[in-house]
Amino acid sequence: MTRADDVVLQVEDLHKSFGSTEVLKGIDLSVRRGERIAILGSSGSGKSTLLRCLNVLEMPTRGRLILDGEAVGRPAAGGATRYREAELNRLRARVGMVFQQFNLFPHMTALENVMEGPLSVLGRPKAEARATAQRHLDRVGLGGKADAHPARLSGGQQQRVAIARALAMDPEVLLFDEPTSSLDPELVGEVLGVINDLSEDGRTMLLVTHELGFAYHFATRILFLHEGRILEDGPPEQVLKSPREERTRRFLDRFTAFRF
Amino acid sequence: MPTITMPEFQFGEVFANIDLLLEACGLTLALWAAALAAGLSGGLLIGLARISPRRWIAWPARGFVELFRNTPVLVQLIWFYYALPVLSGIQLPAFAAAVLALSLNASAYCAEIYRGGIQSVPAGQWEAGRALGMGRLRLLRRIILPLAVRRMVPAFTNRAVELAKNTSVASVITVHELMYSARLFSSQNYIPMETFTVVAMIYFLLIYPFTLASYALERRFAAGRA
Repeated sequence: MTRADDVVLQVEDLHKSFGSTEVLKGIDLSVRRGERIAILGSSGSGKSTLLRCLNVLEMPTRGRLILDGEAVGRPAAGGATRYREAELNRLRARVGMVFQQFNLFPHMTALENVMEGPLSVLGRPKAEARATAQRHLDRVGLGGKADAHPARLSGGQQQRVAIARALAMDPEVLLFDEPTSSLDPELVGEVLGVINDLSEDGRTMLLVTHELGFAYHFATRILFLHEGRILEDGPPEQVLKSPREERTRRFLDRFTAFRF
Repeated sequence: MPTITMPEFQFGEVFANIDLLLEACGLTLALWAAALAAGLSGGLLIGLARISPRRWIAWPARGFVELFRNTPVLVQLIWFYYALPVLSGIQLPAFAAAVLALSLNASAYCAEIYRGGIQSVPAGQWEAGRALGMGRLRLLRRIILPLAVRRMVPAFTNRAVELAKNTSVASVITVHELMYSARLFSSQNYIPMETFTVVAMIYFLLIYPFTLASYALERRFAAGRA
């Protein structure tokens, strides 16, 4: 395998503006297969927007996105890119996402939630989709909750179902957008545990989080975003323990100010 | 001392000829069912068009809604029966003109119910579906509409009940539905009070089971959500 083949996702000069506010100011990022990247930064740094641009839930204002060597969208005037819906749907089927608010489908059981993607997007036969879904629910420790609707599940359980739902698509890249930020503190652990267990699959994962300790143990690489740019990019040991930038240091200090 | 004469109600007369009124119920029900079915399906299409990101789809749909919602249904009915033949040379039978006018009118209202219902579904549901790679139509069919319809049931019930009573305007273009027969009967027998009271009871009996069914549907959806 050549070096270039190792890159599963590449981002070139990515910009994103909301109205006159430029949130991402030129992101270049190369994600290798199997990397686990934690994205840190204060609120407003653009970390969630970056993640949402990677599966084009947000349309980048400018820049290129290359998945598996194939550029997504076609170049249009002014450095913009034009995306077709069918193309985006194919891309999103390969890049999974777990949301801060879980976003489970409330009218479906846990099992049906996990089956939905394989069934209606990948066109898998129902029996196969059911078996796969059950396997993924078992994996996140919720095999016994298959027939429960989301309203009957705790926040932590809902998020684990959401992870199973994303896994059922067997995505090449899995994105986590602050997956524990809306959970009660005592439920955070079970979700982080499940995410950590996914490490053994070798799946490429990008995680936006405020859980520095988890990022340190889970990630193979850490990005620190500040004001729409990548300020720091390196192994956890280096970024978290001896950051190069003053901004990063100040950010990290806020998390360790009240250690006991 | 002035004497107060109690009015003498002649309900007996009405009930003796109740079969005349009951026969007319068939057409009332047919008008209602046809316009409701057309309104629910036509309204879905127009409601979806209304929220389309493409202006050339959204704007005509909006124009349709505004036109039919902001003019009296009576005028629409008269228009399809009397004006359409003059303009296009197509003379619709009275029943067809009534179904057409009531259907288009109901479609306009239903379109707004669909639009409101669809827009009330949290953005997170759209995002979750899109993140799985679902296209817009599949997402609507599998996720958004099933969720939206649950919220729309009370509004649709309201519209359907209104529509049931609106079918009575078809009497002005000589559709022999319930109200037409009632007017005919009352003018022949000079007992409007009694006739229309009985007619109101008949409308109630036609509509109330429908309302009960919709309450049952609401309860079922509420149970399913838990």
